[in-house]
Amino acid sequence: MHFSCVARAAKSGLAVLQHVAKVSRRGLVTATTSTKATAADTPAPAAGKAPLNKTISVYRWDPENPTVKPSMQDYTIDLNSCGPMMLDALLKIKNEIDPTLTLRRSCREGICGSCAMNINGVNTLACLCKIERSEGHKDKIYPLPHMYVIKDLVPDMTYFYKQYKSIEPYLQYKNPPSADRENLQTIEDRKKLDGLYECILCACCSTSCPSYWWNQEEYLGPAVLMQAYRWMADSRDQFGPERREKLQNAYSVYRCHTIMNCAKTCPKGLNPGLAIAQIKKDMAVE
Amino acid sequence: MRRSGLQTDVLRLYRDCFRAIRAKPKESHPRFKAFVRAQFHPTNLQPRDFTAIEYLLRRGRKQLEAYQNPHVHDVHRQ
Repeated sequence: MHFSCVARAAKSGLAVLQHVAKVSRRGLVTATTSTKATAADTPAPAAGKAPLNKTISVYRWDPENPTVKPSMQDYTIDLNSCGPMMLDALLKIKNEIDPTLTLRRSCREGICGSCAMNINGVNTLACLCKIERSEGHKDKIYPLPHMYVIKDLVPDMTYFYKQYKSIEPYLQYKNPPSADRENLQTIEDRKKLDGLYECILCACCSTSCPSYWWNQEEYLGPAVLMQAYRWMADSRDQFGPERREKLQNAYSVYRCHTIMNCAKTCPKGLNPGLAIAQIKKDMAVE
Repeated sequence: MRRSGLQTDVLRLYRDCFRAIRAKPKESHPRFKAFVRAQFHPTNLQPRDFTAIEYLLRRGRKQLEAYQNPHVHDVHRQ
């Protein structure tokens, strides 16, 4: 019985896909006007459990129809036939209701940082965000705030990665260590990197920072600054003063006004604000 | 004629695209030119569709950045 159910779902999914392909070949794109979830679309609920229907409101915008304004689209899903996390719900919507919904995802366990999005007003990873199991509350999902949107929940991270590249995130030496030996670190020196190296560059912190919203071009943002500090704090790196010299201007670091949204929102529980404070301290005494 | 900021941006991007072609090998110029012209094909956009025009500008700049790379020698459209 279970098998036939899966096969039926797959078949209907295929039909929807073919339909979409046909429509888009004609040049008409239906993303914003497409299906609304109905009871008939969703498969039978898990055995022995009454369906627990939940409405999720998702930001939709289709680049093929740029004149159509972004809109919110409601989907109703049964939580009893869905995994516990927001990402499971989004993938269920994508698989069963609306295959045009677009989002980034990869590891589904909070280590790749692909599924960063704004869920109920908080930047977080969809794969680490539990769905609240109450029927009344409608969940709202937006892409990361103040980023250009490529499609639906996919933000344009090009500039963020360019900023990351600009801090030269690799070890630099004045007198390189010998190639035939490992470049060792004491246990204490290694401990200094804890709380820095775990960052997965999901950009949740940077896009929650008002300073970064208003000065994205000049201010590096908490995620990138924490990585900048990660390479300054490394005992093997010999370019600490030069790295700090590069940040010595009014914007790169000093746009941080310790608002601390970064530490509050970080899905990995890190504290970029502290790292930025350390950079400021080191720059002040130099 | 007095142009709006958005109009100058579009025209500037168009010129930048053609300037970028000069750095490419001579024999690929016609293909590059046809490609750029196709990217600026007439749309049914209205002058007031600011957000749509801005989006297309961003996309165009990104595309320009891609083929400005000196390793790109030629372009082919299907």
